[in-house]
Amino acid sequence: MNVVEKLVWQGVCLRADLVANSGVCALVAGEQVAIFYLPETEQQVFALGNRDPVGRANVMSRGIVGDLQGQLVVASPLYKEHYNLLTGQCLEDARVCLPVYPVRMDGDQVQVQAGN
Amino acid sequence: MNDRKIVVIGNGMVGHHFVETLVGLGTGDHITVIGEEPRPAYDRVHLSEVFCGREPAELALATRDTYREWGVQAVFGDPVTRIERAAKTVVTASGRRFDYHKLVMATGSYPFVPPVSGADHERCLVYRTIDDLGRIKAAAKDSRTGVVVGGGLLGLECANALRNLDLETHVVEFAPGLMGVQLDEGGSRMLRRKIEALGVRVHTSKNTREIVDGSGAALAMNFADEAVLDTDMIVFSAGIRPRDQLARESELAVGERGGIVIDYKCKTSDSDIFAIGECALFGGRIYGLVAPGYRMAEVVANQLAGEPAQFQGADMSTKLKLLGVDVGSIGDAHARIEGSISYVFSDERAEVYKRIVTSGDGKTLLGAVLVGDCEDYDTLLQYFLNGIELPAEPESLIVPAAGDKPLLGAAALPMSATVCSCHNVTKGGIVEALDSGCCSLGEVKAETRASTGCGGCAAMLKNLVEDELSARGVTVDKSICEHFPHTRQELYHLARVGELKTFDDMLAKHGRGRGCDICKPAVASIMASLWNEHVLEMPHVGLQDTNDTFLANMQKDGTYSVVPRIAGGEITPDKLIVLGEVAKKYGLYTKITGGQRIDLFGARQHELPDIWRELVAAGFETGHAYGKALRTVKSCVGSTWCRYGVQDSVGMAIYIENRYKGLRAPHKIKSAVSGCTRECAEAQSKDFGVIATENGWNLYVCGNGGMKPRHADLFATDLDDETLIRYIDRFLMFYIRTADRLQRTSVWMDNLEGGLDYLREVVIEDSLGICSELEQQMASVVGTYQCEWNTTINDPEKLKRFRQFVNADGGDPEVVFVQERGQNRPARPEEKIRLVARVASAAGAK
Repeated sequence: MNVVEKLVWQGVCLRADLVANSGVCALVAGEQVAIFYLPETEQQVFALGNRDPVGRANVMSRGIVGDLQGQLVVASPLYKEHYNLLTGQCLEDARVCLPVYPVRMDGDQVQVQAGN
Repeated sequence: MNDRKIVVIGNGMVGHHFVETLVGLGTGDHITVIGEEPRPAYDRVHLSEVFCGREPAELALATRDTYREWGVQAVFGDPVTRIERAAKTVVTASGRRFDYHKLVMATGSYPFVPPVSGADHERCLVYRTIDDLGRIKAAAKDSRTGVVVGGGLLGLECANALRNLDLETHVVEFAPGLMGVQLDEGGSRMLRRKIEALGVRVHTSKNTREIVDGSGAALAMNFADEAVLDTDMIVFSAGIRPRDQLARESELAVGERGGIVIDYKCKTSDSDIFAIGECALFGGRIYGLVAPGYRMAEVVANQLAGEPAQFQGADMSTKLKLLGVDVGSIGDAHARIEGSISYVFSDERAEVYKRIVTSGDGKTLLGAVLVGDCEDYDTLLQYFLNGIELPAEPESLIVPAAGDKPLLGAAALPMSATVCSCHNVTKGGIVEALDSGCCSLGEVKAETRASTGCGGCAAMLKNLVEDELSARGVTVDKSICEHFPHTRQELYHLARVGELKTFDDMLAKHGRGRGCDICKPAVASIMASLWNEHVLEMPHVGLQDTNDTFLANMQKDGTYSVVPRIAGGEITPDKLIVLGEVAKKYGLYTKITGGQRIDLFGARQHELPDIWRELVAAGFETGHAYGKALRTVKSCVGSTWCRYGVQDSVGMAIYIENRYKGLRAPHKIKSAVSGCTRECAEAQSKDFGVIATENGWNLYVCGNGGMKPRHADLFATDLDDETLIRYIDRFLMFYIRTADRLQRTSVWMDNLEGGLDYLREVVIEDSLGICSELEQQMASVVGTYQCEWNTTINDPEKLKRFRQFVNADGGDPEVVFVQERGQNRPARPEEKIRLVARVASAAGAK
């Protein structure tokens, strides 16, 4: 029988720890997760891997968020590639993708789903 | 290299242009150039600018190194005295001999001094070379009054020089009017009126009989009409004569009134000898302007490269500024052509005179005279050169009240039309540049050099490029990004006029979508320039590039570097010790920057506030190395310590740096102050540079180092402290107002229509009437300065983002350093894998 890794919603921080229209980084089960807070979108919070695969440094939470051609994106602060906030896909290079983490607001708490 | 030997006699502008052209054609000849003057070729056309602050060295067209690099043998200060045509050898004054296969004579001309008794007095001078300028300057020192003999183009240039030397200046002209060659009577009269208003005294129809020792002044000029004029010095500038002595002695054919006779191939009567420039006589005529000389040089160079080329005479139309007065002359200015008719417009209040001469049917332009307003020159010249049919009412071209002038569209020009006469660029050449991929005015200028000389064709060129681009269906989209259909300049204007203070306001009013990493920092910078709120205030924080967000410069491994402000590069030993101690405590790599500061590398995000608490406590402020803002004002030690310094450059640099620190701009701004003309602070490589003079400060603008280095241009001279600061205030604010995103000052100026002159008009003469507004705005930015770090370390809200992890303490474990030359550096990927693994296994073993 396959062991399906159990995913649980983990409380990571409070809404007050976030910065509107910008990102912060959280440590979730030993992994660095960039959490972006766009209060005027329906989903409000988005979570991607914090590691920039092109610049090879943990900096994605420090990028500028916005939209390009209708897609919500974050720009790497190192070399300015754009990544889709929902899919992690790099707009400039189809072979590059960031991990995406399920994330939600539970009241004032920010929760990320990650391996336990 | 081949074995052919080319010898050029003369290293003036034309001789130099010939060498440059021939080298450019890559013929591989052995070229020897022999000049009489002790220095390589220089720009004679702008000689008088030396009297208003330009250094003689700035006029240089070449240096000895230039020739060395080209593989050209250059001999200066040793004129050729003999040509041995049979042996094909030239001999110099010092006896050196040079063999030639082809000889090019570019011996130029000499100033004509009328045969008047007393004209050989030591206070009687001429105006032709840099050495002449030295003599004029020396004589002016103990003179109150100066006379220029000659009211032509050169004479008036010279009068300007005397005026700049603060002499009471007189112009004495033999003919009844000024500039009789280029202007008709009406134009000449208007010119006289205008320059007399400047305080220059004009005496026409004056025949000088003799020059004698004066009683009230050093000299007295006695005229044929019994009038007498006292003066302390006299400069003869009454025309030029070709230097054909060498040719005469070598028995080459010369004209009756001088000049080496040449044919359309610029060949003399000896087919191995060419003559070019002002020493040459073509079609019974000496061409005393530089452009035709250049064409002759190109004709000879092309023939030597095996290309057919002919000189076909040259148009002598000219446009220039004499004593600040615009003067233009085209074709048959005197309406001498039979059957021609004229249209004349004269406005004595505005002091503008215009005349056009057309064919009897009014369809073809034959000539024109413009005094006081040369705006129509370019258009008229195109009508003239290309034989374009005039509008039904030709007077509409020069009469201002006639409503909108019919514009000569660039589309009407034939491909052969010369757009830039300085660099001989035709419409065809520009179209070719666009065909080969140029997509903007700037690119066309870089490719063709059009409009990079006198700049007179700037408007014409811009029209042509825009026309051609839109004809190709290229919409010149200047939108900053997809969120704003505006340029940065427009956004700045909209924010200022609408008093918009946040990005959201801008987006709601003028944009769409959510913004991106292009428009957000650009708008944030505009907000900072306009309203100067802290960049980490809530509405602005998400707009900033990471460097502005963390008030430090991100490096490749995600750590930051820290650059405290060290104004003017002056720092106390105590503060140096603090920097050392902080660097040691936090393991920071230290390096001295080019801007006389100290850069501390390898600071982790979460350590930045602690580091800055210590720096602020020791009296340091942020250095804005992370911002598109004023960076540093470099200085030399100046008159305080240096034996040569003439002003306190350190004091001025510190004052300037403190005044403009924190000023946000379209791009970074660098400056420097040098205490004397030796320029140890390298001020001419800065966006604005200041160099001390005996009398104050010279201001240079729009230089930069970096990828495309550019020397700054001299903007204003001998300024007192207050005027200097006022001009810099205006200059910087005008730049902030009108530059494009990430456009350094040099590119900005190159793209300003009218370039440096226009900038002078705006900043010095306040031609747009905005100077007081610019100054007020600067005063407001200066008055609201805060050290961004000082504010940040005292505000818990702003410190939030400096945590590496929102839910854990400590830093990024994947930032790893290794030691090199006694300091930390980021580990390379392969080193990191090893080091991180070791740390992990050590942790696991516990």
